[in-house]
Amino acid sequence: MSARLQARGDYEVVIGLEVHVHMRTASKLFSPAPVRYGELPNHATHPLDLGMPGVLPVLNRRAVELGVRAALATHCKVHSRSIFARKNYFYPDLPKGYQISQYEEPLATEGWLEIEAPSADGTPHTVRVGLTRIHIEEDAGKSIHDAAIAGSAGSHVDLNRAGVPLLEIVSEPDLRSPEEAAAYLRKLRALLRWADVSDADMEKGQFRCDANVSLRRHGAAQLGTRTELKNLNSFRFVEEALYAEIARQAALLDGGGRVVQATMHYDPVRRATRVMRLKENADDYRYFPDPDLVPLVIAESEIDAVRRALPELPEDRRARFESEHALSGYDARLLTESRALADFYEAAAIRSGQPKVVANWMLRDVLAELKERDCEIDATQLTPDALAKLIALVEDGRVTAASARPLVAVLIERGVDPETLVRERGLEAVSDTGLLEAAADEVIAAHPEVVAQIRGGDARGLNFLMGQLMKRTEGKANPKAVREILARKLAG
Amino acid sequence: MAGDRFATAAQMRADLDARRVASATLVETALARAEAAAGLGAFVHLQPERARTDAREADVRRARGDPRSRLDGIPVAIKDLMVQEGEPCTCASRILEGFVAPYQGTVVAKLRAAGAVIVGRTNMDEFAMGSSTEHSVYGAARNPWDPTRTPGGSSGGSAAAVAAGIVPIAFGSDTGGSIRQPASHCGVVGMKPTYGRVSRYGLVAFASSLDQIGPFAHTAGDCALALAAIAGHDPADSTSLPEPVPDFAAAQRGDVAGLVVGLPREYFAEGADPEVLARVREAVAELERAGAKTREVTLPHAPYAIATYYLIATAEASSNLARYDGVRFGRRAEADSLGEMYRRTRSEGFGAEVKRRILLGTYVLSAGYYDAYYRKAMQVRTLLRRDFEQAFGACDLIATPTAPEVAFRIGEKTADPLKMYLSDIYTVSANLAGIPGLSVPCGFANGLPVGLQLLGRALDEATLLRVADAYQRRTAWHEQHPALDWERAK
Repeated sequence: MSARLQARGDYEVVIGLEVHVHMRTASKLFSPAPVRYGELPNHATHPLDLGMPGVLPVLNRRAVELGVRAALATHCKVHSRSIFARKNYFYPDLPKGYQISQYEEPLATEGWLEIEAPSADGTPHTVRVGLTRIHIEEDAGKSIHDAAIAGSAGSHVDLNRAGVPLLEIVSEPDLRSPEEAAAYLRKLRALLRWADVSDADMEKGQFRCDANVSLRRHGAAQLGTRTELKNLNSFRFVEEALYAEIARQAALLDGGGRVVQATMHYDPVRRATRVMRLKENADDYRYFPDPDLVPLVIAESEIDAVRRALPELPEDRRARFESEHALSGYDARLLTESRALADFYEAAAIRSGQPKVVANWMLRDVLAELKERDCEIDATQLTPDALAKLIALVEDGRVTAASARPLVAVLIERGVDPETLVRERGLEAVSDTGLLEAAADEVIAAHPEVVAQIRGGDARGLNFLMGQLMKRTEGKANPKAVREILARKLAG
Repeated sequence: MAGDRFATAAQMRADLDARRVASATLVETALARAEAAAGLGAFVHLQPERARTDAREADVRRARGDPRSRLDGIPVAIKDLMVQEGEPCTCASRILEGFVAPYQGTVVAKLRAAGAVIVGRTNMDEFAMGSSTEHSVYGAARNPWDPTRTPGGSSGGSAAAVAAGIVPIAFGSDTGGSIRQPASHCGVVGMKPTYGRVSRYGLVAFASSLDQIGPFAHTAGDCALALAAIAGHDPADSTSLPEPVPDFAAAQRGDVAGLVVGLPREYFAEGADPEVLARVREAVAELERAGAKTREVTLPHAPYAIATYYLIATAEASSNLARYDGVRFGRRAEADSLGEMYRRTRSEGFGAEVKRRILLGTYVLSAGYYDAYYRKAMQVRTLLRRDFEQAFGACDLIATPTAPEVAFRIGEKTADPLKMYLSDIYTVSANLAGIPGLSVPCGFANGLPVGLQLLGRALDEATLLRVADAYQRRTAWHEQHPALDWERAK
């Protein structure tokens, strides 16, 4: 613990996060309307999403399945019975005047997530972050106050998002720095994507975060008064906003002041937080069980079925890559950052039969190309089969590694057959002894002083001569053959 | 004109089958009677064109020998809180002024599938909150037996429409007695089915855990027909029950010999008009003569029923009525700020009784009061349900008065809400327990109808219909009808 990055002057930082994530369902949580992004306003709606008189909610069991999946992936206890409750408040984008959520009896409780975050000395440390609860609820619509977006003055309401299934995932106050908070969010997002619970696209508002933060003197048993930062919609904002709020609270406490419980807004332009509303006049949401819905009962057999269908989780996969594929812990972690990447690597490794070689290609060439394009592996034309084939061509000496490496970018863009590509580009390795012999003779003739050095016992010049020879063959010479020929000629 | 003004749906069907009358004529007659009885305030909206088209189509089907059901071509009315696609639905409230429903409710869909012809929408207490049909933006509905009196409520328009012979069957909703009490006051049969027996999809909610749609008719037989048409599981209503629906019409053709009728001690104590109690006792004696046995049972938590009901119903209502905010539909008051728009829309749109209940319900659910009121009420509700389970261990059905008195005068109780709430003293328990109940006419007190309430086990509507049918075969109360002399004086 002591290694954890937590130096904020005299204070220990205490952070807990609430994450709202859209579940990947075809239809909404309680209505048959489709879940669609980028649709014309109010076109992805059903009378239910408009809060029409007389409509009734019907629970989407697919959302329950995804919720259970998220709960199992985060080691939560899934409750066989949970209750939907109404959270009552007035707002134009809340059509019924209440949100259907879970309150007293949530879907799941008592989970955890292990994260790696940087320590003060730069080395990573592992923190187990407790999850208080996961519950299912419906999203609200969107209020649009910007005339430029709405196309006319005044406020507008778009209810396409109203009723989209959400999971609210609440952490314990176990995070001790903005870096840990960001690491937790990255880990959670990757895990939810891994388990196919959500696309968690932050730009589409599918993964949103509220942060509770407080400070206390080191060693203090009681938590300080906390404030809540609302709607932090990028990892960068989360860190920035937390830094700003921690600085504000620290300055307040340093000056002998008191932190007042409040909801804060982060202004990224000013890089400062300001009070949105005080909690003293906190809303009374008048939660009560929704009489339109029956208790959500999940049979043990259903939970087992979800557990069986759950994909191998990142930690397990990473451990397996280390033990079965003999990869280093570091390499295994990089290759399990997303399920698509891990799947790709594993498929290519199986095809190739040489996991370590494939891992090297992945980490050295493929990831660099992906980073350059800022895209995921499954959004490219590259297939595990093509990568394995390309690697086989190199291993068989039919193309040199130097010729092959630039082809990764081509395969990512075009998805052609590697063998055809090598042939079309005339990149076959030159193993024609006659040709190489002639080239070797030329190189030896051109650099008598280097030859003399080598013959004098200084082997360093051999690599230079090889380089020259490769140059003459435009990198296509089979390095093994070249080395043999040169060695023979220089010895002779 | 088409036969007897007070003909039952069964009689109409016989006339239709025998080609003695056409559905078009029955519907035209119903529309004309509704117009003539405008002073009754039973209807808030007639839909003549749709009804005429539906009737013509029913006649075509019958001519082809292909009627959709035993209700095909029969004119019916629905309460103004049942959603019908393309028609207004106002719940007798100013706040839903101009609202036309954009979707079809399940019960209306079922009625249409059965071929029943909806001629119009009936008056009610605003959002079903009331026991007199006085709290309506359209003005009070009147009792056909005495137009200076209320028909009861909240489904008073439906009860009056049947009692006045405008339609043979009308539908209402019952949250705490809103079908049974007006049935009792208007001298017709009214039934509240088991909670979950009839879909609530398209029933504008007052209190979701208590609301049920049910029929009014002159006879238990017609009620059985009507219930058969609308009952059954609906995947669009999560609280709808999956149990199959028995053939109610067939189930009622039995006798009552051997059935044990429970008489709850608490319901025959003081509080009710002695004349009303006398009629109910006579009705029970008639059932005994028919072969039924009686025994005293006890419902120890009955004294808490009204308080429990008004806590739960208002809590749910305060949340259910939040959607009437002027944002998406209905009436909106213009204002400079959002808060002011909400305030003015709801202040101007809701009547006094609705506001009272929203305030009560909001209070009941508020932080610091929830445990003392709402949670406690839910606990008492469980006890009430157990009372009935225990009672039904000793009897097959329960008989009580439907209401403590006969129809009261218009304006008599509007100044004293608590007095009004006590009109439901015998009916709310069935809603809290989720069990079926019906009211059947059992005589007169001071010239006004009295109702006998029968309560049954969950899903056992069949026994109630069978007993009510047997009772009606032995009595002629339901064949007495109001004089309708007010119709000329309108």
